[in-house]
Amino acid sequence: MAQEQYPDAALASQPAEPRAARSIKKSGVLWGEFAIKSWLASCSFISIVTTAAIVILLLSETLNFFESVSPREFFFGTTWTPLFEPSSFGVLPLVWGTLIVTIGAALIAIPTGLASAIYLSEYASDRMRSIIKPVLELLAGIPTVVYGYFALTFVTPVLRNVFPDIQVFNALSAAIVVGIMVLPMVATMSDNALRAVPVSLRQGAYALGATSYEVTTRVVVPAGLSGVMASFLLAISRAIGETMAVTLAAGQTPNMSLTMFESIQTMTSYIVQVSLGDTPSGGVAYQTLFAVATLLFAITLVINIISQMILNRFREVYE
Amino acid sequence: MSQFPDSTLAEQNLQMSKKSVLELRNVNIFYSDNQAVNDVSFNIRRNKITAIIGPSGCGKSTLLRSLNRMNDFVDGARVEGELIFGNENLYGKEVDAVEVRRRIGMVFQKPNPFPKSIYNNISWGPLINGFNGSTDELVERSLKQAALWEEVKDRLHESALNLSGGQQQRLCIARALAMEPEVLLMDEPCSALDPISTARIEDLLFELKSSYTIVIVTHNMQQAARISDYTAFMEMGDLIEFNVTKKIFTRPAMKRTEEYVTGRFG
Amino acid sequence: MPLTTEQESRHLEKRHRKARIFAIFCAAITWSSVLLLAVLLYQVSIEGFRWLDWQFISSFPSRFPERAGIKSALVGTIWLISLVALISIPVGVSTALYLEEFAGKGKISKIIEVNIANLAGVPSIVYGILGLAIFVRFFALERSLISGALTMSLLILPVIIIASREAIKTVPQGIRNAAYSLGATKWQTTWAHVLPASFPGIMTGVILALSRSIGETAPLIMIGAMTFVAFLPEGPMDSFTAMPIQIYNWVSRPQEEFHELAAAGIIVLLAVLLVMNATAIFIRNRTERRMK
Repeated sequence: MAQEQYPDAALASQPAEPRAARSIKKSGVLWGEFAIKSWLASCSFISIVTTAAIVILLLSETLNFFESVSPREFFFGTTWTPLFEPSSFGVLPLVWGTLIVTIGAALIAIPTGLASAIYLSEYASDRMRSIIKPVLELLAGIPTVVYGYFALTFVTPVLRNVFPDIQVFNALSAAIVVGIMVLPMVATMSDNALRAVPVSLRQGAYALGATSYEVTTRVVVPAGLSGVMASFLLAISRAIGETMAVTLAAGQTPNMSLTMFESIQTMTSYIVQVSLGDTPSGGVAYQTLFAVATLLFAITLVINIISQMILNRFREVYE
Repeated sequence: MSQFPDSTLAEQNLQMSKKSVLELRNVNIFYSDNQAVNDVSFNIRRNKITAIIGPSGCGKSTLLRSLNRMNDFVDGARVEGELIFGNENLYGKEVDAVEVRRRIGMVFQKPNPFPKSIYNNISWGPLINGFNGSTDELVERSLKQAALWEEVKDRLHESALNLSGGQQQRLCIARALAMEPEVLLMDEPCSALDPISTARIEDLLFELKSSYTIVIVTHNMQQAARISDYTAFMEMGDLIEFNVTKKIFTRPAMKRTEEYVTGRFG
Repeated sequence: MPLTTEQESRHLEKRHRKARIFAIFCAAITWSSVLLLAVLLYQVSIEGFRWLDWQFISSFPSRFPERAGIKSALVGTIWLISLVALISIPVGVSTALYLEEFAGKGKISKIIEVNIANLAGVPSIVYGILGLAIFVRFFALERSLISGALTMSLLILPVIIIASREAIKTVPQGIRNAAYSLGATKWQTTWAHVLPASFPGIMTGVILALSRSIGETAPLIMIGAMTFVAFLPEGPMDSFTAMPIQIYNWVSRPQEEFHELAAAGIIVLLAVLLVMNATAIFIRNRTERRMK
């Protein structure tokens, strides 16, 4: 009876007799498993191929670029007019633009994000958490164009009321908006980091008679510092790579002024400018796109790697 | 040190080979650089219950898992020696571990039913292995063998997760039995259950003995004494003694065995 | 020198006051971001509301604000998400399955993991450049929907992979053990048990990743999505526009009306995002309940 149901297996219910059993050796290659494993592995390699493609593409075009423009002029020059005559290829104004927007954004996002994280993990009740967390998720999910719109139609007019000298396109507006954009990132990641700190640490400190302020600033935050710092770095990296909001808010004038009231150009908004314009491909002007992109990629890559290293060290400590 | 004090090892091996389903010879198991099992040899006899007892960390679960090649999933696990099953070494070069597990089943310490219906839990294993008979009969037969049929026959298509702990474990036993394994391995199957469920499962194992060969790892000595025919006592990776259960618990040959079974340690 | 009791209690008073101020400070800052969101949404609604009508949704963009609409952009976005989903879901989930179930812990897995983590942090505009060079130029797919979809897929692939891995990790090991012990192969176990169990988590991650991709503008600009499109795409090889591009185009114009149109477009965009996120949260909650 059981024999038909299991085409070539042994009977189960016969006690003393040895069974006519199948060999346990492999019977032929298992094509099905192999094919599936190959497909899955190939998909995984797409990520490696992507990275390789990015690196090769950016580097090769940048090397082409450096045949026409000297690296010294590129990295140390302070005038950036690649699309006009006379052309000048000093990238520092773009870097400066990115820098002041990023620093401004960080000054907004980091303290606020950290304070929010502290509030969420140390003070907020569950009900408050259930309101604030979705709000943060929403803020994080709002597309960058919307933030650009917000900068132009709300932030800049408000700023103009306070500072009448400020231009329509200005770096301050961009910095504020980018700061708001990366704030949820800092808040969420730092909140996770702080919550991962064991309750016993807090209880020990409270038991010694510390106030909540002291416990938070002297025990919890230092304990979760790696995760918190990683969140700062990732937020900065995101701010550096931000494109649409700064393009809309800060305009497209590369300059190195110290004030944030004027229009500036970031690396990212320059790349957009080139691709929206009619720059003929193949010329030096066009190659500037790749050179700037490579610089951008390198900077964000370094920051991301550092933050990964910090995060990994953090995981070791608590797991 | 002979594990069978009454006759020579060779005679015994010859006698045993026809009645043994699984023969362990000089089995050593390593996890990376740590040795968990040292030079263990004994035989699993057909249609008998063989218990493996010993204090925590003595390697009994590791040994059990090597019997159906579940150790393959542990990084760095390495098995040396011979485990002879049906004239072949379980760890031979050409052996298909999947095939081994079809014929040597396992029930785990913590009940792990699939988050599916009771019916699907039992029918899945046979179906993916080419079963083409009546699954209704299969499910009913397996549940009856596991003494669970009466309790669940009206809710076969409900989720297995709704069952109690003891019922889930009996479901896992039914699931393993549905594959009609030649050997059923059980890794402390009652340690996560209450005493009543434990008693029910022990009764169940007693009945299953006539149709199946069972190897059970247990830290509960009394359980081993109650239900098993043969007992292997392990400590720190070594096989201290292997004999008929009655002898192990009444007249053990090794002093260490006596100390363990009388509760002086472990 | 130890403090006197009076000094001690005054000091304690100060410490408590500091703690209270700090708590209030943190709370205020947190709730101000809620306020911020409210302001932003209010601003957008006020500006765009009067333009939001059926005519807006069903018209093509135009030089004349009164006649302009978001139809081509909306259709383009829908085309885009569909294609992106078709491409990125199989590849992303396959990668996650490979890394979690099939690959060893060796060096290659490590390299892939690090790669994915880094790709997740690459600015979206770099993906745009990659898409331009590879899909538009090298594979000569032109400035088509498929170029855009492939580029966006690369962009959100790391997000999908990471989210899927998290979902797969939550499947209890006991289930896999049970399946293996019944003589199942790795794929049989994965297909019959791991994937169904992790499906809700994967779906949540996928939906969130897709909703991120809807708002991305820079890569689409790079691969050449048009900004003035007065037709509907009919196949993957057609040129197209998308909502964020249209919004960007309107915002960049000086006239006030176009800013208001942009606001209307933003409302539509946010509505789509809201629906997607709500679906993701709904799936997440329903499965959490079912698991219990």
